[in-house]
Amino acid sequence: MPRSIRGDVVVIGGGPAGMAAALSSWEAGAKSVFLLERNEYLGGILPQCIHPGFGLQIWGEELTGPEYAEIFIENLNRTGVEAMTDTAALELTPERIVKAVNPQGAWEIKANSIILSMGCRERTRGMLQIPGYRPAGIFTAGLAQYLVNIAGYLPGKDIVILGSGDIGLIMARRLTLEGARVKMVVEIKNSLSGLVRNYVQCIQDFNIPLLFSHTVTEVRGKERVEAVVISEVDEEGNPLSGGEREVECDTLLLSVGLIPENELSRQAKIPLSPQTGGPWVDEDFSTDLEGFFACGNVASVFDLVDYVTLVAERAGRAAVLARPPQEKHILRAGEGVHTVIPQRIREGKDGFLFIRPQKSMKGVTVSFWEREKIFYQKKISICRPSEMIKLDLAQIPWPQEKGEIKVEIKGTEIQGIS
Amino acid sequence: MKLKEQKSREFLELICIVCPLGCSLSVTKSDDRIRVRGGCKKGEKYVKEEITNPRRVVTTTLRIKNGVWPRVPVRTSSPFPRDKIPELMKFLSSLEVEAPQKRGEVIAKNLLGEGVDLVVTRTIERKE
Repeated sequence: MPRSIRGDVVVIGGGPAGMAAALSSWEAGAKSVFLLERNEYLGGILPQCIHPGFGLQIWGEELTGPEYAEIFIENLNRTGVEAMTDTAALELTPERIVKAVNPQGAWEIKANSIILSMGCRERTRGMLQIPGYRPAGIFTAGLAQYLVNIAGYLPGKDIVILGSGDIGLIMARRLTLEGARVKMVVEIKNSLSGLVRNYVQCIQDFNIPLLFSHTVTEVRGKERVEAVVISEVDEEGNPLSGGEREVECDTLLLSVGLIPENELSRQAKIPLSPQTGGPWVDEDFSTDLEGFFACGNVASVFDLVDYVTLVAERAGRAAVLARPPQEKHILRAGEGVHTVIPQRIREGKDGFLFIRPQKSMKGVTVSFWEREKIFYQKKISICRPSEMIKLDLAQIPWPQEKGEIKVEIKGTEIQGIS
Repeated sequence: MKLKEQKSREFLELICIVCPLGCSLSVTKSDDRIRVRGGCKKGEKYVKEEITNPRRVVTTTLRIKNGVWPRVPVRTSSPFPRDKIPELMKFLSSLEVEAPQKRGEVIAKNLLGEGVDLVVTRTIERKE
């Protein structure tokens, strides 16, 4: 028989989002907060992100991932938040019951509010459908990062990285410093996926070639990766024939995107956005299902952990208030916009709006449309898909009547690095 | 005369990383001065440092004995000369420390005589 317990707030996932949410729920007055983490330690991906660059936005100080995580862990230890590590949430019902297991046994936790902070998973080779055998030596960049930085294994010696996302760029530097040869980074798009700063300090510093408009079209080798075939692609990303060449390597790293992990959200029948892959949320990170909140990468993939902390703190407070549902504005991603988060606006008085552009552009105008009319415009000099545009909701004169609002980004496209 | 002038001049293209704009900067380096075209004042300062004395915060891991994890992550206390990073990595790969290690503690001082220390970034408890 599972042990039954009750909680004001149950937070699922103990990464940066879950830690900040649990902490702010406690500070907002929740009497019992449970933080469930399936890993043996809190912090999610932060402990393996040993590079600096975290915390600049919220603390004005550049920390490494382990430091950022440990500050939250220490703060949590000073509260009554019950952090349950080694605890996997297996089931979630719309009635806000979480079924979980850990070495102590099975648990059934009924909560007033549930905060989803399960984060995301890396896209894998299977999702890319790269032809070839299934030899050893193919890793997602984040897994390689765990192996090198926490477990202490070097995944290979001659490495090709597919995708110019930040984890891929960071790993190019990390593996080079550890003595591996990073032969090249291959990017299917014609522009950088990660931050310019990471390109300069991880790729340029080590003279690693970065090929745009190229992808891996075949993996060679039966037992272990022996080579990959790279091909030039057209604007739609389709390989061009005749542009192939073989690159010898023993390891292929994939840094090709992240997918919010929403199996539990689906079980609880929480409506999900096809654009973000996560639940629709409002500025308090309240989902469309009463009593459920979603923050961090489970709602939409954020590029800075600082932003994750900011939104998780809002979710944590809102989970304690548990205000009844009300009519909201509905935001839609228009031309030039990849995703907007939140996609619902309850009041628009405080909080943030994060907009991810589809392309790198200069001379950018962000426009907000109500029916056929633009009611707000914001000009910015540059935007990139790797950097969300962050706006204060209070800046925007939201229309009186609740309805559909379209967000659009226009500008002059730029290619390459800058 | 002209030949000499060409010899002492060097042209560089750099990407500025001071802010998210990521401006392309063209740099002319001659014996006594550095001229920067494109970007802003902050960018100019960045380029001058980047050319005369490029530095980076170095982060890596060290072997740790009797720890709950086999590696302890560390960072340099301030940016370290970029050109000496390979030498630093070689030195660090020879180090092994003993658990426990606490975040913030200095684990090695004055690395390669550069006046930069090595700091633990994650607390690693001792294995029971």
